[in-house]
Amino acid sequence: MSITLVLFLIVVGITLVITAWAARRTRTTVQFWAAGRTIKGWQNGLAIAGDYMSAASFLGIAGLIAFNGYDGFMYSVGWLVAYLTVLFLIAEPMRNTGKYTMADVLSYRMSPVPVRSAAAISTVAVSASYMMAQMIGAGSLIKILLPDLDKNLRPYFDWAIFGTKLDPSIALVGLMMMIYVIVGGMVATTWVQIVKAVLLMGGAILLSLLVLFYFNFNFLAFFDKIHSVKDSATKLPFTSPGILYPYGKATIWGVDKALVENVSLGMALILGTAGLPHILMRFFTVPNAKAARTSVAWAMGLIGSFYVMTTFLGFGAAALIGKANICAQVVSGFKCAPGLKPNNNMSMPRLADFLGSYFFGTTGGEFLLAFIAAVAFATILAVVAGLTLAASSAFSHDFYVNVVRTHLFHGTVSEREQVLVARITAALVGLLSIWLAAKTGATANVAALVAGVAFVIAASANLPAILFTLFWKRFNTWGAVASLVGGTVVTIWLVAVGPGWTLPAVAHPAFPLQNVGIVAIPVGFVLAIVGTYVGELFKADRLAELRFHEIDVRAQTGVGAEASPMPA
Amino acid sequence: MEVGKTLPAQKAPPGEEAPPELAAEAAHWEGLEETPEFKELVRARWRFVAPATVFFLVYYFALPLSNGLFPNVMRTEIIGHINLAYLFALSEFVMAWVLAYFYIRQATRVFDPLAEKVRERAARGQKG
Repeated sequence: MSITLVLFLIVVGITLVITAWAARRTRTTVQFWAAGRTIKGWQNGLAIAGDYMSAASFLGIAGLIAFNGYDGFMYSVGWLVAYLTVLFLIAEPMRNTGKYTMADVLSYRMSPVPVRSAAAISTVAVSASYMMAQMIGAGSLIKILLPDLDKNLRPYFDWAIFGTKLDPSIALVGLMMMIYVIVGGMVATTWVQIVKAVLLMGGAILLSLLVLFYFNFNFLAFFDKIHSVKDSATKLPFTSPGILYPYGKATIWGVDKALVENVSLGMALILGTAGLPHILMRFFTVPNAKAARTSVAWAMGLIGSFYVMTTFLGFGAAALIGKANICAQVVSGFKCAPGLKPNNNMSMPRLADFLGSYFFGTTGGEFLLAFIAAVAFATILAVVAGLTLAASSAFSHDFYVNVVRTHLFHGTVSEREQVLVARITAALVGLLSIWLAAKTGATANVAALVAGVAFVIAASANLPAILFTLFWKRFNTWGAVASLVGGTVVTIWLVAVGPGWTLPAVAHPAFPLQNVGIVAIPVGFVLAIVGTYVGELFKADRLAELRFHEIDVRAQTGVGAEASPMPA
Repeated sequence: MEVGKTLPAQKAPPGEEAPPELAAEAAHWEGLEETPEFKELVRARWRFVAPATVFFLVYYFALPLSNGLFPNVMRTEIIGHINLAYLFALSEFVMAWVLAYFYIRQATRVFDPLAEKVRERAARGQKG
């Protein structure tokens, strides 16, 4: 075993111990979720940052910038500005209506059976696609730490599921994470996310400082170096926009296709966050609307600072290593080992390896690589825990308990039964995401994947349902179900027939854009509106309008908001 | 694990006439909606949130639009090799933080006291 692997395992081990300790401490002192009563704004802000910044932020954006220069930075910008949508429209009303899951807020006004079923579908779709990218990110780390694993395990993975052979590294690490999350309890508690957010910020600050130190903190010299890195296809310097989606190459609907891709991406980025079930759940843990607001402010400070640093990290990797040399195994002089293809998800660990070696010698490189890989792994594990919790609570709590058992097969549900259903859901979502990860391929960028699928479903299915439930009096069950199911289906369908992120790219996809938000998000909103009017036509669900008055007053003022929103 | 508690069942299945107790409850909330305090709160909130939302959407989409429509302008180098596109992108961060600051200031100064008034009125009955 290499020193790096041993160090990696030690750091991950320490993280897991801290996590387990923090989780147990929470469980015994303040009854687990009831910690909600005492979670302060800044603590919840850290936790939001922890839940939000996944492999997509830590590995993905740096990779996009390292391989495509400036255009990758658009992800950072969008994912911060997204919090204005959350702050202005979502955070306080969600806290004031004070329920346990997203579907609880919806079923305030709507007929519970269809709305909870539909919300379970969209939540599981968001979580599975989000988790798919986390699996790819974790797989990339394992491929760096154990470069021969894929080759050695290949014979055991030489079978296909629905025409896709599993990727050995992704399958192995994915299964391990699922077992940890399921057996160890789905503890996406606030403290787990706080520990992880601190680690992630620490890792990013350390690497950023080293990059800048390499250039003696001379920004102009740093940008001179980035400017000297040129894209081979467009001949543009890496400081320039237009490499990821080259301008002036093709048009769509009479407009430059690259422009449409960027606007479409931007829509998913700034509207998707407000519809992410695992982020929305965080607003139920604070005592009141004021704390919800404060926690968004803290989250914006942390997330924004991190995203500014992505330019040091991504540009640093491009300038110091170069995209051709970022892959699972490197030989002397930081060149790719023969026969390996570059993988942009590996830019951060490779940068750590390079900077460590440059400043502290070979052992320093191994240590820094181990540290950053461990931070990335802890990041992924915490996000997987949060996503698993969101998916399994949507399915177990919203669908199984409140639909299947309460309305279809009457009877009481034991806690054992609920936990069992939650665990089975978690396992199935995990397996689905491992399969999707293998189908997408290990070199697909994790940030592009999350923004391209999970955020679009969140923006087209969940956001219209939430916004209209809170602010539109006429909105009813039909509209909610239409957007929740329709937005999910339309997004998945457009992505499935589109060019996708698997390389080599599909030559003539049925839908021309990688980022489908520009079509899917308006479709989601239109479906919500049309569904509402069709529902009115059938005179269905007249109670939704009657109940609007209550949610309106509660959302705006916090009248009757629950003091302790989370169940024990 | 967030399980172990079932939500209270809805008061009536959809599509039926509202039962009297639900209608009475709705009337109570509607009464609160009609109070001058609540109307003032909603007005104050939208007076800030609506223009701020429009502003940040316009400012945000101005970045990809100007990158796409005027790539050569955006590639203009301002300081050394730091170009307009990068500075514009950085300004988005400043814009987000500043707007968040103003929102929170406004919420603390204006929205919170108004919401408190509505809660007080709700506590002593909306007739007040």
